[in-house]
Amino acid sequence: MVERITRAELVDLIESDAVQVVDVLPEAEFLSGHIPGAINVPLKTLDFETTRVLNKSRPVAVY
Amino acid sequence: MSPRAACRLEALGIEKVYDYELGIADWKAAGLPIEGPGLGYQTASDAMRGDVPTCKPSETIGAVRTRVIAAGWEDCLVVECGDLVTGRLRRSAWEHDDNTIASEIMQVGPSTVRANEPLDRLVKRMDQRPTNLVVVATPQGGLLGVVIREEAHRVLQGDPLEMIWMDCDGCPGQWRPARPGT
Repeated sequence: MVERITRAELVDLIESDAVQVVDVLPEAEFLSGHIPGAINVPLKTLDFETTRVLNKSRPVAVY
Repeated sequence: MSPRAACRLEALGIEKVYDYELGIADWKAAGLPIEGPGLGYQTASDAMRGDVPTCKPSETIGAVRTRVIAAGWEDCLVVECGDLVTGRLRRSAWEHDDNTIASEIMQVGPSTVRANEPLDRLVKRMDQRPTNLVVVATPQGGLLGVVIREEAHRVLQGDPLEMIWMDCDGCPGQWRPARPGT
């Protein structure tokens, strides 16, 4: 079940190293500034292959 | 975009998915750190300072005036419900009687800017109005800090903010870095 989170909640999750952060914006937007440590997987490319870099048993925060 | 991505990630087998729907715009606007090779311009957060005096709307002008003047400022921001900026007391407020309540004379709902606003554009607007101080807040109105026009001009020229304060006659207070919002 997807859970919506606020900015403060995301900060807490990142600070406690409890999530992998995924930026689904196009690469150009990702390069113009992203949340530190975020992995770029543009929405249009989101599939089984491109998400192999993620640990599926570890929570993911997406924006 | 992110709700679709969150749904897709879940379908791809990620066990727990959080959706930060407000996204990078909200993150940047709160002055939180970002990284990336394309960060080529200065923003309000580069000239922001966090030592502006604050008070509660229920405080008396006598008490607030003493604190603000002792800190070397002319302005005081009125905050409530935590850190929400709901008013501003300017220099003229200090002419009121000591027992006047801040909420009776404050400027209600002062204009604010986001931390990710390009600094050159902000300074141009400050020059045009003209105004010497702008409040930087999160999209929800939480106080992050203020930008002083003279300091912002020097930041645009490449001077470090700490150094600017040391030789700035027209700058208020004692410079202290702003804290990123949460």
